[in-house]
Amino acid sequence: MAGDGALLLGLVEEFVTGLQDSKAADTATGVKKGQFAVLELVEALGSSLTSSEPRTRARGIQLLSQVLQQCCTSLSEKEVQVLTAFYENRLKDHYVITPHVLQGLKALTLCPVLPTGLAVSILKSLFQDVHVQSLMQTDRSCVYNILINLMESREEELKGLGADFVFGFVQAIDGEKDPRNLLLAFQIAQNILYRNYELGSFTEELFEVTSCYFPIDFYPPPNDPHGISREELILSLRAVLAGTPRFAEFLLPLLIEKLDSDVQSSKLDSLQTLAACAAGYGHKELKEFLPSLWSSVRREVFQTASEKVESAGLSALRSLTACLSCSVLDSDSEDSLDTFLDLVLKDCQHHLCEPDLKLVWPSTKLLQTAASASYRASYKITAAVVPLLLEQYNNHTQNAQRRTLVEVLQGFIQPPRGSHTEEADENPLTGYRQPLCALVFSALIESSPALQTAAVRTLTALGTQPGLLSGEDIDLAADHLTRLVLQEEEPQTCSAAMEAAGSLARLHPTAFASRMVPALKQEIFSEAMEECEGRPTAQSQQALRQRSLKALSTVSTHPSLAQETVPIILQALSVSHKGSASFELEEVVSACRSLQQIAELAKDSEESGRYFHQTVIPRLLGLAVQASLQGGGAPNPLTEERVLSAMVPIFSTACGYLHTQLAAHTASLVLSLFLDGDTSLLPENNIPQQFQLLKERPNGWPETQLVCLLMACVCSLPKSVEVPNTDRLLSELEELSCSCVHPFTHTSAAKCFAGLVNKHPAGEQLDSILKRSVKRIESGLSSHDSPNRMQVFTLLLWVSKALLLRYHPLSTTLTDKLLSLLVDRELGTLAADGFALLMNDSTDVLNRACHADVRMMYRQRFFTETAPKLVLGFNCAPEERKSSYLKALSHILNSLPRQVQITELPSLLPLLLEALCCPDHGVQLSTISCLHPLLLDTPQVMTSHLETLLSRLLGLTASPAMKVRVISLQCLKALTRLPEHVVLPSRSRMLRALAVPLGDKKRLVRREAVLARGEWFLLGSPGR
Amino acid sequence: MEGGTRLENANPLIFQRSGERQLTTEEEDEEFADPIDDREIFDILLTINDPEHPLSLEELNVVEQVRVRVSDNDSTVSVEFTPTIPHCSMATLIGLSIKVKLLRSLPERFKIDVHITPGAHASEQAVNKQLGDKERVAAALENSHLLEVVNQCLSSRT
Repeated sequence: MAGDGALLLGLVEEFVTGLQDSKAADTATGVKKGQFAVLELVEALGSSLTSSEPRTRARGIQLLSQVLQQCCTSLSEKEVQVLTAFYENRLKDHYVITPHVLQGLKALTLCPVLPTGLAVSILKSLFQDVHVQSLMQTDRSCVYNILINLMESREEELKGLGADFVFGFVQAIDGEKDPRNLLLAFQIAQNILYRNYELGSFTEELFEVTSCYFPIDFYPPPNDPHGISREELILSLRAVLAGTPRFAEFLLPLLIEKLDSDVQSSKLDSLQTLAACAAGYGHKELKEFLPSLWSSVRREVFQTASEKVESAGLSALRSLTACLSCSVLDSDSEDSLDTFLDLVLKDCQHHLCEPDLKLVWPSTKLLQTAASASYRASYKITAAVVPLLLEQYNNHTQNAQRRTLVEVLQGFIQPPRGSHTEEADENPLTGYRQPLCALVFSALIESSPALQTAAVRTLTALGTQPGLLSGEDIDLAADHLTRLVLQEEEPQTCSAAMEAAGSLARLHPTAFASRMVPALKQEIFSEAMEECEGRPTAQSQQALRQRSLKALSTVSTHPSLAQETVPIILQALSVSHKGSASFELEEVVSACRSLQQIAELAKDSEESGRYFHQTVIPRLLGLAVQASLQGGGAPNPLTEERVLSAMVPIFSTACGYLHTQLAAHTASLVLSLFLDGDTSLLPENNIPQQFQLLKERPNGWPETQLVCLLMACVCSLPKSVEVPNTDRLLSELEELSCSCVHPFTHTSAAKCFAGLVNKHPAGEQLDSILKRSVKRIESGLSSHDSPNRMQVFTLLLWVSKALLLRYHPLSTTLTDKLLSLLVDRELGTLAADGFALLMNDSTDVLNRACHADVRMMYRQRFFTETAPKLVLGFNCAPEERKSSYLKALSHILNSLPRQVQITELPSLLPLLLEALCCPDHGVQLSTISCLHPLLLDTPQVMTSHLETLLSRLLGLTASPAMKVRVISLQCLKALTRLPEHVVLPSRSRMLRALAVPLGDKKRLVRREAVLARGEWFLLGSPGR
Repeated sequence: MEGGTRLENANPLIFQRSGERQLTTEEEDEEFADPIDDREIFDILLTINDPEHPLSLEELNVVEQVRVRVSDNDSTVSVEFTPTIPHCSMATLIGLSIKVKLLRSLPERFKIDVHITPGAHASEQAVNKQLGDKERVAAALENSHLLEVVNQCLSSRT
């Protein structure tokens, strides 16, 4: 012990007189280890604590405080008591000592064993002996932390102090200016309010001392060293101000005053604070201020140009209304909600009678917001507004005015999101059911498409709420919608009608099945009448059919409807196959699209899934096979590439999503059809037994191209489903893709091959398959006069993509192969475009919807691997082949996420600027389209190359290609967003140069030039 | 916009916007030369903001396509604008904004004439005279306060 004592004395000596700060930590370690007790430390400090030199005393206290901070948890109750008394006493000492005393007290307040009564005594001495605002920032923060610590652990004791605690706090923070400390002070104030400390007679003082910071106008310094945001302060202060209804009498006048401010942000803050505080108030607090609050809120919503202020105003109104709605009424007092809503109605209602004028919309929004606050409010407002609107609709005869009225009405009918209506409540609209329906149905037959559209939306709003449309009304609605879908010229109205039909059909399927579907069916199968008067021309007949097909798919929102509509579409396809009706190619394609949409809609329904697998797929496949075997004779639409491509997504949606087990069954049947000619899947078995769909022979393309349907089935299966006979299938596909001359066939075969390889489990089998095909690809590409180079190249491209997506080790070999083809005379350009194919999602295979193995960030990985090779290749390539490299590079860059582009671009920028000079328009366009979004998002990347960029872009504004001119002007406009000091020097030069494209011969170019020059004019000018 | 102050015309008539110009096949054809027509000039003007309201001149019907006349061959443009009320104190400012926007947006060869629709404003002649005087327009734009308001009318609202 003696040795320890000497050691301790030594440490104290070195800290106090030797001024070695590190010794405090050593001492603390000693205390923590039990080497010496705190009491021994005090004894050792003895002389420094009693020294007549304040700095020495300060040093002594500092050491003790720092040790206490480290080991406050290990102190005994007795020690704490002695130390506290000592520290309290030290508060009266010299001012240089105070900071250290506060640190020590802070450590003591964290002691778990702080004896009862000490908290109060610490506070009393603090409030009595320390003038907080004359301390430094860190010391003030220390005081606040002492308060916070004690509030956390000794709430009951502090409450025993009564209002004195609040008074002490108010005095302590009065005049605080540092945002860091304000956050702490607001925290204490929140604790006082939310934990119900007694405010006594100091309510107003507490309000004054906090509300003087409202509205917060603190902007953190540029590098933001303390990480305090304006938002944080605002929210914290708001929580204080809105913390108690007892502040209401002071806060509400303040808010009304600040709402008059010219500063946008203080308006916003006031409105948001109003919304927050009203939530905790009752009508008693609000009553007196309601008229002025309403007139301020109304003024903001009526006059503002800012959407933020508007929406803040509306939510304040909602909050006020909700508060009044919840208040319990005294028997003698008036209903304050009623009075308030009367006020709102009085000021807004008459604007609804002037549908041409500006204020109709703000008034509508205010009324709708108030109505959305509570059931009672919505009842009252509906009762006042709906009859008024019904009357106004009849008084105004112009279509534009009527349209506005119907749109306003729709807003009142639309059930608010997150609706508060309880089941028991009667819908306030029920009483107006009949006149509303009458109005909507009469508006539906008006001549103005815009009015019709508004009416269609209102009809949907009515129909989606229970009880507002009767059975007859729904039938009538279905008839009206059918008419609009079939006859309306205006595309907007027509699509609104389709959308409405879709949402109403989900709720009322029978009405649509019996009324709309038959009418659509009739329209699809009616032949273009020969020279009949008043009939549409063949052209519009065709459009009508397409529209009907589309409508069929949109109303199939209910499984029972899908079973009605799908047979009609299948029938249409089979009719077109037999050639008995004049279906145009375009119509057959739309039929396929509709089927696909229905399949998408049916994703969740098992019933529909079964239907698709058992009926739709066999029928479609049967039709396609029959059509392909027909040969000769009239051209059959079902052998057309476009139709087959449109069938592909039907198959892949069905196999990818609908019912896994059935999909596996379907896939195996489809496979045996393609590999063995087994026709058991097909419904109408009138097909010659001998045929092989995957064998290439002269003029065999109608059969072989069906491989795209095979691809759609087998490549979209979930990974859990195993494809039988993969080996044989893959080798047949490889053969077909390398030998067939028909482009659609060999591309589809290559895609199918790739799709399977992508999902094939890794292992020897896969390795041997790949080895075989890589060998074939290499030999196929090596000789320039090989007849199948094109086919082999396509296979290479797709297989590279398949392997790249799953991070297969072989993918680099293949992509290197592609890179080497960039200098190829025949395939160079194709190879460059191939990089776009590698990077972009393809629609029918190798995407996530097809359950392909797509690794995250494969694009970034590929970019990092390939970009250096491209740059190197570019530098070595002969002049005439350089453009392929630039094109490939810009394809890759274009597909990268924005964030990666921004980090990678600076290093590649010189090359891209080079690419802008490349004479190939394609390269120019793709480079510039890659730069444009970056200029819009983060123009600062370009700052260092601004000069070059400006001259290159200006050069391109005279390009012979219109698209290049347009987009280079767009880039020049985007550059005005750079910091002013960077671009301002170029202003006058740009204004002169941009005057030239103002006279371009193409209007589209002139339009961009006007925009760009306008922005450059505003640059550096007042009022921008 | 000041919180407490009253606007001269707080609740003006609002007109429907004409919508985007339909793209024609000629406009997409590289070879075809599109002449500058009335609609094109109107498209330049319709986005100008009103100095008082958060609305465009088109929505307030201050500019209309029928009151725009352009001759590409003679290089002349004539625009008539209609203030919302006959005593509108902003008429000169609106006219100035239109004039400046056209000066910035048209090739130099054009002669630009901006005036008030006859009979639409109390001090029509005085305003027209101001707008027609090249030197007064130039002098007005030297005034940085005026330029600020004009630029605010011409900047795109985001």
